[in-house]
Amino acid sequence: MPERTARELFLGEGPGAGSGSQNLYVNLGPAHPAMHGIIRIFAELDGEVVVKTDVEIGYLHRAFEKDCEAGPYNNAIPYTDRLNYVSPLINNFAYASAVEKLLGIEITERCKYIRVVMSEISRVCDHLTCVGATAMELGAFTVFLYMIKAREFLWELVEDVTGARLTISYGRVGGVKADLPDGFGIKLRKAFAEVRQVLTEVHTLITGNRIFMDRMVGVGALSAEESIAWGITGPMLRAAGVPFDLRRVQPYWAYDRVEFEVPLGKNGDNFDRYLVRMAEMEQAIRMVEQALERMPGGAINVDFEGREIPVDAYVDRGKQGKTEGLLLLPITLSPNLQGQGRAAQERVNVADKTVVMPPKETTYGSIEGLMNHFMLVMDGYGIRPPAGEAYFAAEGANGELGFYVVSDGSDRPYRVRCRPPCLPPVAALPRMIEGQMIADIIPTFGSVNMIGGELDR
Amino acid sequence: MDGSAILARLHVRLGAQVLETHEHHGDHTAVVAREGIVDALTFCRDDADLRFDMLMDLTAVDYLKFPGREDGPRFDVVYHLYSVAHNHRVRLKVRVEQDAPFVPTATGLWPIANWFEREVWDMFGIRFEGHPDLRRLLMYEEFVGHPLRKDYPIERRQPLIGPNV
Repeated sequence: MPERTARELFLGEGPGAGSGSQNLYVNLGPAHPAMHGIIRIFAELDGEVVVKTDVEIGYLHRAFEKDCEAGPYNNAIPYTDRLNYVSPLINNFAYASAVEKLLGIEITERCKYIRVVMSEISRVCDHLTCVGATAMELGAFTVFLYMIKAREFLWELVEDVTGARLTISYGRVGGVKADLPDGFGIKLRKAFAEVRQVLTEVHTLITGNRIFMDRMVGVGALSAEESIAWGITGPMLRAAGVPFDLRRVQPYWAYDRVEFEVPLGKNGDNFDRYLVRMAEMEQAIRMVEQALERMPGGAINVDFEGREIPVDAYVDRGKQGKTEGLLLLPITLSPNLQGQGRAAQERVNVADKTVVMPPKETTYGSIEGLMNHFMLVMDGYGIRPPAGEAYFAAEGANGELGFYVVSDGSDRPYRVRCRPPCLPPVAALPRMIEGQMIADIIPTFGSVNMIGGELDR
Repeated sequence: MDGSAILARLHVRLGAQVLETHEHHGDHTAVVAREGIVDALTFCRDDADLRFDMLMDLTAVDYLKFPGREDGPRFDVVYHLYSVAHNHRVRLKVRVEQDAPFVPTATGLWPIANWFEREVWDMFGIRFEGHPDLRRLLMYEEFVGHPLRKDYPIERRQPLIGPNV
C-alpha cells in the first residue's frame, strides 16, 4: 500500500478527508483462497463497488522463452507441458507444429488424428477444471468434486497414452512419442460415459440454479467489438457471439475431417461463458469419437505377432555384433515408457531421418541406426530447420495458442515466442470488473480461466 | 484476401514506408519503417478490405547474434495481425537500432497493445513512445536488465528482494 494511501486510510488525510467517506484499497492475492492462480488484484473500493483495479502478474515467470533458446528443438517440449498445465497436450502439439511448419514437413495421417484426439481430451479436462473451480468459488463444492472426478477418468487415459498425468511430453517434432496403447478405444468409451453423466449432473445442479444465475448472469460482460479489440479469443470470444474457432476457420491437423458445431453465446457475460464451455465439452467428446473411428490403422497398436523377441535379448545380440537379420525382427516395447518399435514408429512419425529418432530396432540393430540416433542427440547436430520464421496457431482451451519460432539455421531455436491465450482476458480484467461489486470479481476471474503457467511463462 | 494481395495493398497505400516484404512458409511479412508503423497499423485496422481488427500478438526478436545480421538493426518488433471479419493474417515488423530502442505505441489502436508492449519493454528494453503506463509486466521493478536480450546470460542470478532479506 502506498504511503499516501495508508495515511488516508488510517489518519483520515487526503482528498476524501472530512467527508466521512473514503475509498478503501484492498489486495486480492497474490495468494488468496479464492484465486486459483498466483495473481494480485489491487482494487480501489467505494463501499462494495470496485472503482479501479490494477492487475499484477508475473509471479510464476520462469523464463520459458529464454530456456527454449538454450537447447535443441525437442528440448522445449517438456517446457511447453508447463505452459497450460491443465491441457499440456495442446501446447506440445502446437509447438511441434510450429517447428514442422518451419521445416516444411507434413506429419502422417494417423498422427494428425492422434493429435486431434489427445487435444480434445485435454480441452475437456481444461473446461472441467475451469467450470468446476468457478462453481466451487461460488459455493457449489459438489460440482467441483464431480468435475474433478470426471477429469480423473480422462487423466487416467492420458496416463495410459503418455506415461504421465500432467508432465506428459508426448509431442515430438515430426510426430508423437508413441502410438496409442492397446484397448485405448474401450477405455475411452468408458471414461466418456462417466464424463457425460457428470455433465448432465452439473447441468441439473447449477444451470438454472438461482444462486448460480444471480452471480453469473450479466456479470463481467464484454461486447463482441470490445472482446476483439482486447485480443480475446476462444470460449470467451465465442460467448460474445463471434464464431471464431481456429478449428473451423483455419483447420489444421484433421479438424476438417470431423464434424462439430461451434457453440456461441450472446451476451458475453460469465453465464454465457459457462454455457459455451459446457457445450464445447460435448462437442470435443463428439470429435474424439469420430476421429477414433476414422483414424487410419485403427485404435490398436499391435499388428505383428509371434516374431518378436524380448528387448534385452535384442540389445545383447546387437552388442555382440550378431546383427544379421536383426533389423527384420520386431521387439516388444511398452509404447509409452521405453519408446516405440518400428511398426508403431512408422505410422505416427514422418519418414525424415533428420527430424525423427529412428525406431529402436534400427538403433540397436545397425550401425547406421546408431549413427542416425547420435546425429539427432549430439550437441550442435539434431534438428536444423533452415533460417526463417513461422507462426503456428492452434485452438487452445482458452483461445488462440500461437507459437512464433525463429530459426538461424542451427540446432537451437533462435527465438520461441508463445502467444498465451489467457493473457488478453487477464489484461481486460479491469475493464470487466470495474464498476461492479467486489464479489463479482470472483466469478469473473473464474471464467477468465487464468493459467499461471502460460500467463507468466 | 490472400497474403500476397495484402502485401500488394500495403505497398500501394504506404509506398516507401514499406521497406521489404517476404513470404516464409505461408506467412506474409511486411517490414515497415518506424515512422510509418502507426499509419500502417491504422490502415490495416480500418481499411475495408483488410479489416485487421485483432492484434493477435506483439513481440520482439533480438538479432544480436543472428548470422548475417550482426551489423544490422539489432531488434525487430513483430506485430501479428488477424482479421476476424475476413479470416486472414499478416505480420508487420519494425527494425529498431540498439542506440535508439523505441517504437511509437499502438495502445491508441488496440487496448491489448498496452500489456504486450509492457512485456516487450520488460523483456527487451524497447520503449514505446506515448505508452500511458510503461511498467515491467512479468519481472519486478527492482530487476536489472532485460532478460530476453541475447547479451543477458541465462544463468545470471539477481539478489533477492523484500522486507526480510
